[in-house]
Amino acid sequence: MIRARTPEVCVIGSGPAGALVAYSLAERGHDVVVLEAGKRFDPGESGRRMEQRLRRERWTALYEMGGERDAFTVSGASAYALNERRVKGVGGSTLHWGGTVPRMHPEDFEMDSRHGVADDWPIGYDELEPYYLQAEHELGAAGAPNPFGGSRSGPFPMEPHPLSYSDRLFQEAWEELGVTLHHLPRAINSASYDGRSRCQAFGTCSPVCPSGARYDATVHVRKAESDGVTVLDRAPVTRLEHDDTGERVTAAVYVHDDEERSVEADLFVVACGAVETPRLLLLSASEQHPDGLANASGLVGRRFIEHAAIRVRGRLDEPTRQHLIGFGTSQTQQFYGYDEGPRGSILITPLNTAGTSPTEAALQDGPAITSLLGGRRPDEMTWGDELVDQVTAETDGFLAVSAGTDLLPDPENRVSLDRSRTDDLGNPVPDLSFGIDEHAIGTLERAEELLTELVAATGAEAIETSHEPENAFFANHMLGTTRMGEDPATSVVDPDLRTHDIENLYVSGGSVFVTGGPANPTLTIAALALRLADHLDGRLS
Amino acid sequence: MKLTRRDALVALGAIGVGTAAIGTARQGLPGDVDETEMTDQLHAAAEVIYPAAVEVDRSFVETYVLGRLGNRERHLREQSNALDQLDSHARRHAGQSFTALSESRRRSTLRSMGVHTAHPNPDGTVPERVRYYVVNDLVYVLFSTPTGGELVGCENPPGYPGGLEAYQRGPDG
Repeated sequence: MIRARTPEVCVIGSGPAGALVAYSLAERGHDVVVLEAGKRFDPGESGRRMEQRLRRERWTALYEMGGERDAFTVSGASAYALNERRVKGVGGSTLHWGGTVPRMHPEDFEMDSRHGVADDWPIGYDELEPYYLQAEHELGAAGAPNPFGGSRSGPFPMEPHPLSYSDRLFQEAWEELGVTLHHLPRAINSASYDGRSRCQAFGTCSPVCPSGARYDATVHVRKAESDGVTVLDRAPVTRLEHDDTGERVTAAVYVHDDEERSVEADLFVVACGAVETPRLLLLSASEQHPDGLANASGLVGRRFIEHAAIRVRGRLDEPTRQHLIGFGTSQTQQFYGYDEGPRGSILITPLNTAGTSPTEAALQDGPAITSLLGGRRPDEMTWGDELVDQVTAETDGFLAVSAGTDLLPDPENRVSLDRSRTDDLGNPVPDLSFGIDEHAIGTLERAEELLTELVAATGAEAIETSHEPENAFFANHMLGTTRMGEDPATSVVDPDLRTHDIENLYVSGGSVFVTGGPANPTLTIAALALRLADHLDGRLS
Repeated sequence: MKLTRRDALVALGAIGVGTAAIGTARQGLPGDVDETEMTDQLHAAAEVIYPAAVEVDRSFVETYVLGRLGNRERHLREQSNALDQLDSHARRHAGQSFTALSESRRRSTLRSMGVHTAHPNPDGTVPERVRYYVVNDLVYVLFSTPTGGELVGCENPPGYPGGLEAYQRGPDG
């Protein structure tokens, strides 16, 4: 086995949870190696990738996900297309994310104390707040304070993106209902920032931003590399080895160019997301740790959380100016409070992409309601002037609003190893088993009522729910499988994100969340990563 | 509205393909791809597929459709093959090359080939590949540029970097 040089810290995973730790430590002079399972994607290919997206080519093909390397199984109630929801590559899943960066609310950290549900986090909003601000500056958040969120110790680094025309339609209509619309924070540049351009409005933010205005973690990978960090791509880590005591990890074993290699380090940070992080710990089972590394509690992989969401749309008999930008520019966090409705937290976001986009409608590759109305076969395409009529019918006049909701952590919702199937390296694949419970369905039903009322307030007709509560879609926010806590019996990592069982092993990422709230989690992941870097710097110094 | 070489250069510049790169891309076309023939065939197809309000100049096709593909050799080669298949079908079906046919006969040639009901599939049957490499390439190019977007009230359609002003404007400007 080839052994690489011995850095102070080995970080596994180069998404924001790993890249920010590596960058922040390297900036202070520490020696760091990052191992990334996927490849480096060429930014010069972003135009081609954008075309693939607009031509509705397979989502997984965009970042080469799938195949034996990424095999998984699903055994629970909810179907889950895992490989459409993540990217293995330098930059991780931020390569295809939408860049939405709200903070969680103070109550998200105190759900048990305040509402008697789930558990409290071992840290509170106030402790994380300085790191939220730092994360907003690192990622480049364009935003403005909203009246419903927690306190802030400083301004956003960039002005918010102005409201869209259709935002203003909603704003006017909702005033009468007493609903306040506000700006939505985005890690998408509203002005030149950090050497990256202002948004050019290509309109394909997720999965690709050809201008580079939308943040992704390659920003911090590049910064880390310029500070001396070694980032090895196509280096999937297959297990962690420990010393004879079983109390210290000694090496991360990975495969590169069909050869098994390893990195020894003083400290290890696993930052592979809420599926691959528990999988790696479980794959690292040993004589001393027969149920997996850092799994004395038996909780590694348990309490998987996602955000279930629905969308309601309607139609006005006038232009609504959709698809002129690729991201939502407004939100209301008025219904975020857990006790504001019958139950559950709800985050409401108007879309600027309601209806089908012109390109997609013109390509007509899929069910087209209007084609049936026009007496055409659904798969029969139109040409010439008829094409314009058809595209107009499918793109114009729509308004839509989506709602994200919180799923409470349930130990039966889990990631485990499926030993009946192996990946390309011969290791058991991850199995996802989870479902939407009665609490979540209740929240989603409340959300559907709210959204229907909010869309109807604009005068829109033909209101329909595109994803009903029982059929909710997921927001690609995987959380909660190595949760944080003070008590080693009920959590996997401590408040410093160190595993309770292994004294030099840390976890960074959404898997440490105790509860998920309804807010997009990446800013919180980034804030926790920066906080972890401070802790590691203190320990190393 | 007319689609000219200038429109093509603006659209390509927007996605980071400069004039020099277009020239390099065209020089680098696979040896068995006849650029003139390919441009003529695509232009002939565009006249059928695009709405009457859009007058498409041959130079637009030459610059944008081919320039956009740059170093995507496989795509270019498959597009060339699909056009050859379309042309062969035209000769069998109508006794003339596709480019020599009237617009209405070009339309009926595409229909008789089953392109209008074929699923676009780059690795599929001949009609599926014609749909993917010929029809959908042209449709994509039109509706991801402002000219096509304006036809449907979307002057900055997805795929075109028209800036942050359009989405804020109402329908009356």
